[in-house]
Amino acid sequence: MYVAVKGGERAIDNAHTWLAEERRGDISVEELSIAQIREQLALAVARVMAEGSLFDPDLAALAIKQARGDMIEAVFLIRAFRTTLPRFGASEPIDTGAMTCDRRISATFKDVPGGQVLGPTFDYTHRLIDFTLAATGELPPEAQAGEPRTEPTPHVTEFLDREGLIQTEEDDTKTPRDLTREPLDFPADRPLRLQAIARGDEGFILSMAYSTQRGYGRNHPFVGELRVGQVAIEMDIPELGFAIDIGEVTITECETVNQFMGSKSEPPQFTRGYGLVFGHCERKAISMALVDRALRWEELGEDNVGAPAQDVEFVLSHADNVQATGFLEHIKLPHYVDFQSELELIRKLRAEAETAKAEEDASPFQEAAE
Amino acid sequence: MSKNRSETAANDDPARKQRLSVLAKAPADRLKTLWDAWCVRSGVPDHDILRTPEIGTVMVRGRAGATGAPFNLGEITVTRCSVRLSTGHIGHGYVQGRDKRASLAAAMIDALAQSDQADAVDDMVVEPLQLEAEANVASRAAKAAATKVEFFTMVRGDN
Repeated sequence: MYVAVKGGERAIDNAHTWLAEERRGDISVEELSIAQIREQLALAVARVMAEGSLFDPDLAALAIKQARGDMIEAVFLIRAFRTTLPRFGASEPIDTGAMTCDRRISATFKDVPGGQVLGPTFDYTHRLIDFTLAATGELPPEAQAGEPRTEPTPHVTEFLDREGLIQTEEDDTKTPRDLTREPLDFPADRPLRLQAIARGDEGFILSMAYSTQRGYGRNHPFVGELRVGQVAIEMDIPELGFAIDIGEVTITECETVNQFMGSKSEPPQFTRGYGLVFGHCERKAISMALVDRALRWEELGEDNVGAPAQDVEFVLSHADNVQATGFLEHIKLPHYVDFQSELELIRKLRAEAETAKAEEDASPFQEAAE
Repeated sequence: MSKNRSETAANDDPARKQRLSVLAKAPADRLKTLWDAWCVRSGVPDHDILRTPEIGTVMVRGRAGATGAPFNLGEITVTRCSVRLSTGHIGHGYVQGRDKRASLAAAMIDALAQSDQADAVDDMVVEPLQLEAEANVASRAAKAAATKVEFFTMVRGDN
């Protein structure tokens, strides 16, 4: 247990001043601007926004700068800032079918309507360090332009849905539970699980997803579709009496198509996992879809094989890196009173043990005699 | 005509909806630059602030499986502001992000667009923003199109 301590103000002030100096680093090196972080470390910014659960690239870039690149610290700063703001309302659910796609691929259908669009991807790169990036000043060649697609890109799962080969996603008018307004509570329905995973730690969600692929609750996923692009956010404005677009966000969406042999309650058909994340973050979106699917075992009448990724309490209770780091790191703060009592206890036990041993040594034959 | 519009604006005015959507999504710096240019030309309109610029959030919802039950994805920052011009026209500005001056500009433009200044403010501010947004979308779509591939599956045992 943490017990408050007094004193140390000057040391703390000095520590923070030094921290600021270390953050700046060698002053002969030019200082990073927020715009540079936002534009050139865009995937770091995306991750901080996704796990911070607040889409604001400039703010995320500032948090990364303040946190010296410590991503979880940056997420913490974003979460703390968010709590200071009033909430104006909730958007209409976004229509990802209407989003513009920078990238859109399907691993299940080669000739998917709308096409396989690679977009700005690391896929198919050779993962060789590019030393030309160390030499400054040269602009990259301009991206090639093709004939732009103007119509929306249909979802791959629509085609399977039309044939009845995949489980349908029923609309639901219920207001979804909100983790930022009420503590996590079980049982957790799918909307609550999706919120928790969407803001969960990328590394944790990745490992959970990977565990299902390695056999701990295997669910045979195909990436039916992965898309990255921009979508408008629409909200009803009471003083206007109608809805307007109040913004636009970059999102990554992954829909998995999972093999399913049928169960006691469901016919053989494909089932789905769903991943949706702020920013461009494919690893997280795919991981989210796999974990979402693993957690659906109960509603699909599957067996619980005791895999960690099927355990909703385990997954949801450990996915949040701000919560986890808060509890983990608090043990480095002063626990003097706690430890003092432990120390006294150990001294007492040792003294008792020594006395007992001394008595035993004094009468070595007593036991035998008895 | 414009004045009549302000009186009937309450329920679903497509032009106003479109204008406010453009303003909300516009980069704050561009919006402020164009608004400043308007003010240089026509002066800052006399106005009262009905709601001082306020920064808040909106919870963005997605749907499970893209079409299913709604869930809370995360929030975005939004700044809003309301003004009344000396002509009596009321404007509401909502902009994405945390820029208070941009929200004030959006509210002023919304109010002006309900007065006889509608065409002028659309020409000078709203339309350029909309064209820039469309050009940006088209440019990304063109780059995406250049990365469209045709995968060929290899046929096995063909020899």
